[in-house]
Amino acid sequence: MAITENLPSPQTERPIGFGRLKRKEDARFIRGQGTYLDDIRLPGMVYGAILRSPYAHARIISIDTSKALAHPNVAAVVTAKDLETLGLAWMPTISYDTQAVLAGDKVRFQGQEVAFVVATDEYSANDALQLIDVEYEPLPAVVNARTALDPDAPLIRDDKAGQRDNLASPTWEAGDEEATDRVFAEADTVVTRDIIYPRCHPAPLETCGMIADFNPETGQLDIYNGNQAPHAHRTVYAHVAGLAEHMIRIRCSDIGGGFGNKVPVYPGYVCAIAASIVAGVPVKWVENRSENLMSTGFARDYIMRSEMCSKNGKITGLRVDVIADHGAFDSTAQPTKFPAGFFHIVCGSYDLEASHVKVKAVYTNKAPGGVAYRCSFRITEAVYLVERMVDALALEMKVDPIELRMSSFIGPEQFPYETTTGWTYDSGNYAETMRVAMDIAGYEDLRREQLEKRARGELMGIGVSFFTEGVGAGPRKHMDILGLAMNDGADLRIHPSGKAVVSISAQTQGQGHETTFAQIVAEELGIPPEDVEVRHGDTDKSPYGLGTYGSRSTPVSGAAVAVVSRKVRDKARLIAATMLETRPEDLAWEKGRWYVKGDPEKGALIEDIAIRAYGGEPMPAGMEGGLDAQVIYDPPNLTYPYGAYIAVVDIDPDTAQVTVRRFIAVDDCGVRINPMIVDGQIHGGLAEGVGIALMELISFDEEGNCLNSSFMDYLIPTALECPDFELGETVTPCPHHPLGAKGVGESPNVGSPPAIVNAVIDALYETHGVEHVDMPCTPARVWAAMQGRPEPPQ
Amino acid sequence: MHVSINVNGEEISREIEPRQLLVHFIRDTPGLTGTHWGCDTSNCGACVVLMDGQPVKSCTTLAVMCEGHEIRTVESLEVDGVLDPIQQGFHERHALQCGFCTPGMLMTTRALLDENPDPTDHEIRTAISGGICRCTGYKNIVSAVRWAAEFEAATTSGSSSTTSGSPSKQEV
Repeated sequence: MAITENLPSPQTERPIGFGRLKRKEDARFIRGQGTYLDDIRLPGMVYGAILRSPYAHARIISIDTSKALAHPNVAAVVTAKDLETLGLAWMPTISYDTQAVLAGDKVRFQGQEVAFVVATDEYSANDALQLIDVEYEPLPAVVNARTALDPDAPLIRDDKAGQRDNLASPTWEAGDEEATDRVFAEADTVVTRDIIYPRCHPAPLETCGMIADFNPETGQLDIYNGNQAPHAHRTVYAHVAGLAEHMIRIRCSDIGGGFGNKVPVYPGYVCAIAASIVAGVPVKWVENRSENLMSTGFARDYIMRSEMCSKNGKITGLRVDVIADHGAFDSTAQPTKFPAGFFHIVCGSYDLEASHVKVKAVYTNKAPGGVAYRCSFRITEAVYLVERMVDALALEMKVDPIELRMSSFIGPEQFPYETTTGWTYDSGNYAETMRVAMDIAGYEDLRREQLEKRARGELMGIGVSFFTEGVGAGPRKHMDILGLAMNDGADLRIHPSGKAVVSISAQTQGQGHETTFAQIVAEELGIPPEDVEVRHGDTDKSPYGLGTYGSRSTPVSGAAVAVVSRKVRDKARLIAATMLETRPEDLAWEKGRWYVKGDPEKGALIEDIAIRAYGGEPMPAGMEGGLDAQVIYDPPNLTYPYGAYIAVVDIDPDTAQVTVRRFIAVDDCGVRINPMIVDGQIHGGLAEGVGIALMELISFDEEGNCLNSSFMDYLIPTALECPDFELGETVTPCPHHPLGAKGVGESPNVGSPPAIVNAVIDALYETHGVEHVDMPCTPARVWAAMQGRPEPPQ
Repeated sequence: MHVSINVNGEEISREIEPRQLLVHFIRDTPGLTGTHWGCDTSNCGACVVLMDGQPVKSCTTLAVMCEGHEIRTVESLEVDGVLDPIQQGFHERHALQCGFCTPGMLMTTRALLDENPDPTDHEIRTAISGGICRCTGYKNIVSAVRWAAEFEAATTSGSSSTTSGSPSKQEV
């Protein structure tokens, strides 16, 4: 199953590095030979299933497991009482909160884990769930985050000592409040909006699951689990279960999508591990789709009140006050020092005079989460807010939304640029990228078409967004997660044959690391990409690092691979100097070869240097044999990709159905290693953005029942809802990344929802006076807005 | 109860629970794990297989309903080391990322091309709209199906699923 795409022959021509190389990993996937978690079966394996709470908030009076235990195929039923004896009833979250592994005292959201059944097969395990009798005393539920802090609101977290209300974390602020007040006082236009980024869900097509295999004789715990950060998970398990970290091995199988949903540790994982430790056999637990949507990491759920102001036609100030709904346990994915993630990148792409951001987080009787759904820690919420506010301001000022953006952009000469909330943007030329998008879209023609259609009673909207993201977390001096530096390792071994294995700590979930990272080594060392094997996903066989999320693979792990390749190249230079009987400083590099300056015929190929490094002839004085290197890369800054997006929508005047007719995305993610893969990433993120803008919503009734617990009611766009995306690019290299690359995977998800919502409002403002509509723009919600009664989601 | 199903040309006979789903039968008995499940409710299409040439969602089909029928899974597409053009098309046009929806998409579009060798983009989008892909945004899947349609039109009679021998075919 080799790949021999249009590569030049290694014998005749040096191989390519960067470029549209088709993917190595396709070979197994197109044959149905990928190995996802549920495809793995171990001898003697038993199966777990979880009993979940039907109530959003209820006291547990009693749990009777006797009938389930009497089922002939049931091996064990685990409850909170059993876990208490192991010290595993509660687990730490990624935000220094605690979360019940199995509920003992109370259930705090519908779908919460109550009991774990282990049986000889999956069907029996699920049958046995029906045989467990739990007596509940229902309690009033807190569903609306806005009323969570009311004095009469029921206390959700009575398990926490000293907790007297539903405040999840102290109010967190960024920016300069006084300076912002001054800028607003001097402004000539001010707009205010209440903007909601509703709860949605990453919903990867493969759900979450684990196989835990504890060997009581050796004390070794083998874990099979598709997660985005295997090394960090191993450290967490060592702490939670009190096991020796070096005796835990996590193997990530192929992963059927992650999108942030596979970052956290879930109660089902801890149950599987506990059950395997007690039973001494492998335990598999795989959640079904409803469990995935109802209990695992949701995204967003930010209620944002915002004001933006301008003076003399330029945006000058921004004020934001957020209520964050964290659900019953604060398990938000965020670096330690940033309780609202990177939300304070909310100043966007604009040269503001001042800004101030305030975020207050509350508990509600909903599932925990706050993961970054294809997003770098709350940047999506920030970009949505600022890009909606710019459009609101443009409406108020009666100027074209692109004109206002153009007059307020940070100029190319201002980089590196420090924002009013403390970020240092690395590089950019925003106006140029905006113009490329306008050209592809035919912006002026679209505006003319819109006028013509409006005259005929047709509703067409053109929406713009311009985003700047901060991705590639992150510098040790600025951030960590649970005290772990957000660095990544790379280990490169060149074999005597000149072929290479590079092990990385990033974890692909479809991003094509096996191809892209091979291309980085190919670019740096001239070894053909098909001769570079990329190893990842096994904590015993790869260096430590924090994994793949927040678009950090290329910014951090990709940089690590470039740096480790250069280390090998440097060593190769010393060996080549010995081989060529010259001084290292007299050698020059071309892809795959050190040669003597002024005598290019005289040189040594990397494969010849490799043979020498392992062979019997002398090495340079004092040098060890072999051609290997290892690095841990600590990024000096985040990378700041950006882009200009334009959406064209049509709205059916009779049904309020929104159709995205065109979508133009011009991304600047610096140097592109594999443009085919970059384009693919952008397509996928745009589809998710279409979903979030139009369809995807996790909502609850007033008793806290989840109303979107299957793909029947959690709607994901199909090929019919997605337009034929039109892409463009500009390339502004990142100055501090060794390859000039920036992250890109999340940009399209971040940038597209505001473009679509701005387009919907653009279609309806003139004819129906609609100034605001919240996502998702379903026919019902758009229709209500057209009738003058917008309904925010609950 | 006893069931006998032809899977990829091989007769599989087995005692099963009457409630066993086809997706579990395929994955358990012959161990063909290329067929995935993603939603349990017929919405995502990761479990699509062909039953007598027609795409069906194996997560909502009982195994006993397939007695006497022919089931084809993704593992049957490659014949004697030669990829089906639709598999080749997905590789050529980067129509997969995580690969989880891919088997269902391949079987759905194989059935489409068998019925309609020259589909329009809209026909392709309609055909795959019973499936969900979270990674690709569908654009490259549409392109891959076009690639396969054109490849098949350029070789032999254009309708065979085991087309081979074209000089433009590459090893994957």
